[in-house]
Amino acid sequence: MRIALHTAVALATAIALMFLVLPVAALFLRVSPGVLVDQLGASAFRDALVVSLKTSLIAHVLVIGVGTPAAYALARRRFSGRGLVLTLVELPLVLPPAVAGVALLATFGRYQLLGGTLRALGVTIGFTQAAVVLAVAFVESPFYLRGAIAAFEGLEGGLLDAARTLGAGPGRVFFRVALPLAAGALGAASALALARGLGEFGATIIFAGSLQGVTQTLPLAIYAQFEQSFDVALAIGALFVLVGLAILLALKLVPRGSRAWGSFGGAVGAPARPDA
Amino acid sequence: MGSLRLDLTVPTRAFDVELALEVGPETVALVGPSGAGKTTVLRAVAGLTRPSRGTIECGGETWFDAGARADKRPEQRSVGFVFQEYALFPHLSVERNVAFGGRRDGLLEQLRIDQLAKVRPGELSGGERQRVALARALAREPKVLLLDEPMAALDPHTRTAVRAELHDLLRELRLPTLVVTHDFEDAAALANRVGVLVEGKLRQLGTPAELLAAPADPFVAGFAGANLLQGDALVGRDGLTEVRLAGGGTVFSTDEARGTTTAIVYPWDVALARESADDSALNHLRGEIVSLVPLGNRVRVRLPQLVAEVTAASAARLRLEPGDAVVASFKATATRLVSRAG
Repeated sequence: MRIALHTAVALATAIALMFLVLPVAALFLRVSPGVLVDQLGASAFRDALVVSLKTSLIAHVLVIGVGTPAAYALARRRFSGRGLVLTLVELPLVLPPAVAGVALLATFGRYQLLGGTLRALGVTIGFTQAAVVLAVAFVESPFYLRGAIAAFEGLEGGLLDAARTLGAGPGRVFFRVALPLAAGALGAASALALARGLGEFGATIIFAGSLQGVTQTLPLAIYAQFEQSFDVALAIGALFVLVGLAILLALKLVPRGSRAWGSFGGAVGAPARPDA
Repeated sequence: MGSLRLDLTVPTRAFDVELALEVGPETVALVGPSGAGKTTVLRAVAGLTRPSRGTIECGGETWFDAGARADKRPEQRSVGFVFQEYALFPHLSVERNVAFGGRRDGLLEQLRIDQLAKVRPGELSGGERQRVALARALAREPKVLLLDEPMAALDPHTRTAVRAELHDLLRELRLPTLVVTHDFEDAAALANRVGVLVEGKLRQLGTPAELLAAPADPFVAGFAGANLLQGDALVGRDGLTEVRLAGGGTVFSTDEARGTTTAIVYPWDVALARESADDSALNHLRGEIVSLVPLGNRVRVRLPQLVAEVTAASAARLRLEPGDAVVASFKATATRLVSRAG
């Protein structure tokens, strides 16, 4: 009976691992590394790489720049309706990206909610790189906000109070105490959000389209290429695997580095060692 | 040197903390059970909690005045706050923790932490952390010092030594100091005056000696470490008050009381013997020893009715063991009667 149970568990684990690892391995096994590297020179790939890097970077800077102070305020302030606001922040997490794309179109599209106002200002967003940035920011920001709010909520309130009694105004408390102490967790949230943003497909293709060199990001390039040149699609896929691995590794390393001074409460609440 | 004047009401979840107090260049300890509102008082003085009523003044400067809608922000009040568990910044070295508050020469040397300047708080012992927290609080040259349970994070071995050091430092500084503690011994060792705070109200304020000699109510007496014996008081012989104890037995006191009362006797006023001695002490209670706890050169001996403290030498000479029948004796003049309900 016990042996049967052990065998079943081992089998389930093996199936799960195979199922997850085999497709990733296939990306690299299907084409030789030499061919993969060659395909990285294709113009479709290079254009998509530039579009992806540019839009992801701009979106990410916007998300962090706006999201960090917003998360700090949401984490530290108590106000009525806070629960509702926190739920709304997380809503895009459970929306299918295609819904996000339609929703963005309905907001910023030429004849839609804000379209008229934007047109009066001479701004067109739909099917431009700005649309890619908005789509990426929209889908990745809940990932960052959630992590950042948790990071700031996890700070020991006494440390922020201590900073105030030492003469620090709200700005100095934020930059000198809250931000450095939350840095590890903020970095982790930022990496997750970046990965989500880089992989964004549905919202982008609906709201920004897939125009090579303008709005065609790497995930859109895979979709566009896989009928014409499956090798290019595979090469882009392989590149994503490498980027993903790098982000995962960074995630595992960052918290360890910051735990050295106890940003996760380790050293703060720990009992003092007895005097020698 | 300015003094700290407060007269305030701070609402908390369970009750209102109400306190009027003037602290000169001295140390005042607020003692009381946990949840009595002691920390709330410190937070109100520092500006971290807003009172609903009253005023806070320091050295002639108004920090808070509910009537005049004046409320200085924490960073604008000149306080040195030593938090419970010290709240040192874990990402900054000792040196930079202290410099966060301001720069003051010789502070690290004065608190003997100069050799720890580059060390992070996580690597410090409890006593060292306390000194760093004090240095950081003093770096701002505050007009008021607020200490929240400064001894709570220390292990028993270092406690006595650290307490003596802190006592000397506070005497040297001569700043208006409010220290919060749940331990009467700490309060008595550190403070010139002690206030007993229970459910947000000040039960009694006086020197440690005054609180021991004339506790306002049984709670204050119990907090100061006294034995509390409930009973009924009636007129006794020789002009004394006789108290029939609820737990059995009778004691006499030179204090006057009638009806339900509490007889108070301190453990160090209780002598132990194997047999009732024909001595001048009027009060003799017989009981079996429940436990013996050595405290350095003293031993706390618990009987069913009360606790006695005798020297370790006496305990050894009498060969006291748990379960032994002994007689506890104390004088009628050492027996206080307090009738206010606690």
